[in-house]
Amino acid sequence: MEQTHTGSYTPYHPRWLRRRLSTYWWLEKPAYLWFMLREGSCMFVAWFTLYLLWLLDAVLEGPLAYELFLAWSGTPWVVALNVVTLGFVVFHAVTFFQAAPQAMVVRLGRRRVPPGAVLAGHYVAWAAASVVLWVLLRGA
Amino acid sequence: MIRRHPEPLLWMLFSAGGVVSAMLMPVLVLLFGLAYPLGWLTPPASDRVRALVANPLAAIVLFSLIVLSLFHWAHRFRHTLYDGLQIKHLSEVIAVVSYGAAIVGSAVAAYLLWQLS
Amino acid sequence: MSDHITLQIARYRPEQESEPTFNEYEVPYTKESAVLDGLNYVKDRLDGTLVYRWSCRMGICGSCGMSVNGEPKLTCATFLADYAPGPVRVEPLRNFPIIRDLIVDIGDFMRKLVRVKPWIVREVDKPLSEGEYRQTPEQLDEYKQFSMCINCMLCYSACPIYGLDPKFIGPAAIALAQRYNLDNRDEGAGDRMEVLSEYDGIWGCTFVGECTKVCPKHVDPAGAIQRYKLTAALESMKSFFAPRGA
Repeated sequence: MEQTHTGSYTPYHPRWLRRRLSTYWWLEKPAYLWFMLREGSCMFVAWFTLYLLWLLDAVLEGPLAYELFLAWSGTPWVVALNVVTLGFVVFHAVTFFQAAPQAMVVRLGRRRVPPGAVLAGHYVAWAAASVVLWVLLRGA
Repeated sequence: MIRRHPEPLLWMLFSAGGVVSAMLMPVLVLLFGLAYPLGWLTPPASDRVRALVANPLAAIVLFSLIVLSLFHWAHRFRHTLYDGLQIKHLSEVIAVVSYGAAIVGSAVAAYLLWQLS
Repeated sequence: MSDHITLQIARYRPEQESEPTFNEYEVPYTKESAVLDGLNYVKDRLDGTLVYRWSCRMGICGSCGMSVNGEPKLTCATFLADYAPGPVRVEPLRNFPIIRDLIVDIGDFMRKLVRVKPWIVREVDKPLSEGEYRQTPEQLDEYKQFSMCINCMLCYSACPIYGLDPKFIGPAAIALAQRYNLDNRDEGAGDRMEVLSEYDGIWGCTFVGECTKVCPKHVDPAGAIQRYKLTAALESMKSFFAPRGA
């Protein structure tokens, strides 16, 4: 740990010890590492957003490009990356929903909706949205 | 008087992106990232996807998902670089690169969806 | 005959050392002994030169916060038996300048606290003859949780954002601002907004959430900050779309 002293010690002007946080502070506690992984999930959100843009581009170019995209998406490294991506986007979803009742107060009339119900509402919406997309994107 | 800086707007985009990506992305990764490529499910035909995306409501949802997800990424990425690597002195460069990338991605999404409509 | 446990206590005596060192002391303990009792035993019987802050011994004054085995704790509410067989490492709270041994400088927090005006602000005080300010139980519930803060600074010690950037106004100050913002008798939300909506106010927070976990009074500063972000963001949008007193 680095430290700097301000001034020299006298009984009336104590020499305080100031420590700087280590660059690897997030390795010091499991909770900090967990936080860093949660923040890191954004990289996988970005990757899949790019993936969607490629998909749209392929659809725009026509059936052949779409087939090529599907073939490319089956190559081992893309599949491997998407397995990790699925893990991280689910982690992102769970942690984001977990934070929601803490971050906002939902009211129905004058009553405050209990945090558990806010959380449950998010999960219901998640399930509903997933089912709708699943049905819409079903193959022929 | 509140001093103006873009942080509230950027945070709103980050939060909205967090919610939208959490709701919609896992099932899309499951379908287009794993189920179709690995042959667990038959992928929809190109025409079907095209017809779906041409629907204005679907296009709006997809556009929101892409744009908000990009801004979600940009905000988190920027803050993680500040906190994790302690490189706040490069803050302008980081902000320009991350939000700039999000804006470019949004423009590409707008172009593609416009062409598909 | 009681059991004994080893305390490894960080010592920093600026007149004789530039780096903290650890001294080991054997102290007796029973299942009721707090870490603070161990420190008092050291001070009374083994080494009178050890310095640390404490007062009430009952989790109200907020002065005995220290790092116990790396976690910020109130030493009066942390029990030696939970760390048996030991050793127990006692260090000053992290993220603050160390003055001596286990004592840190709290001046930064005190200055920040005042900036958010943690008291009831009224534009015009009601004359005494009109009686008291009334409040319903529901109105009390709005802020009660945030009013439990005892200014022990454990949240600052757990917050890496404060550790990285001491300009960040920090968890307790924001929670206390919310305590008054959410009080129906208060009219100071606008004043506090000026301080909190600065970049070094709420926006530095990335919701690590550790402040809430270490809070001995279940104040939930992390929740207070996120809630306030939404308030401030909506307020800022409003002033953008409807500028100046519209």
